Amino acid sequence: MENIRLNGTPKTPSVSFNFENGIIELRGRSIPENSVEFYTPLNDWIELYGKSPQPVTTFDVKLEYFNTSSSKCLLDIFKLLKDIHGNGTDVRINWYFEKDDEDMEEAGEDYQAIIPLPFKMIEVEEI
Amino acid sequence: MSTNSIYELYQTMERNHAMISFKGVVTADILGSVLKIIELKLEHIEKSAKTRKKVYSVLVECLQNLYHHNEFEMKATGDMDSITNNTSVLCISNPDDYYEIKTGNFVNIKKADELKKKIEDINKLDKNGLRDMYKMVLNEGQFSNKGTAGLGLIDIAKKSGNKLEFSFIPYDENFSFFCLNVKIN
Repeated sequence: MENIRLNGTPKTPSVSFNFENGIIELRGRSIPENSVEFYTPLNDWIELYGKSPQPVTTFDVKLEYFNTSSSKCLLDIFKLLKDIHGNGTDVRINWYFEKDDEDMEEAGEDYQAIIPLPFKMIEVEEI
Repeated sequence: MSTNSIYELYQTMERNHAMISFKGVVTADILGSVLKIIELKLEHIEKSAKTRKKVYSVLVECLQNLYHHNEFEMKATGDMDSITNNTSVLCISNPDDYYEIKTGNFVNIKKADELKKKIEDINKLDKNGLRDMYKMVLNEGQFSNKGTAGLGLIDIAKKSGNKLEFSFIPYDENFSFFCLNVKIN
């Protein structure tokens, strides 16, 4: 299957979904007016990937900002990953947040409370 | 409008420490430009990265509310009045050691009551209550046909840390003008 590589824009994150190493990454800001349009191809990729995943799948979330409609799309990604977790792959989430960014740290904790997947909270100086 | 009123306009904006004022239709391009301008201004005037982020995040949601909820659109059938009124107002200011984001837009009277109730419910909650409400709507809510998730106002209240100040001004038999003031310390 094809990997996804997208450069970031002022309103959308850079995307790297890599089939060979099982690492998927979102980085930057996700504040599009139409989040569903942006995230639908990413969800489709995960569904396809789930049919023959790598033994370990890592989702690196390195977001500086995301809007509320993206937060719903992120939840959908987590749900898809939860469905493939234990079915031929171990899913691990790395949730990055910048030092002192309580809102982003809390957002990670909130997802962790909703989704039964192993989350690692990682504080960094700058995303 | 006499030219003197230009100076009055300037003074009003100066007195309010306006960072940006806008009246018009919020398009995707305008939304992006306003965010860019404010981000640059905040880098200059605001030392705290935490506050910069809060102002920016709250502004994103306020702008997207204006972008998605342009009720007058439905009324615009070529009638000039409807088209010129198909606008919102936005003012971001830094009056003292806090920021204010003021927005105004037309909402359908039928939706105004629902919106009023929603804000009243939000204003009853403290930080943890808002977090719980956010989680609940996030997990159980569905996207509207506009692609909105019903989370914007909850997020604005949660991040601003202040109660939402609001009013509905009657406009005509179909529309109210919805005014929202968000303070960020």
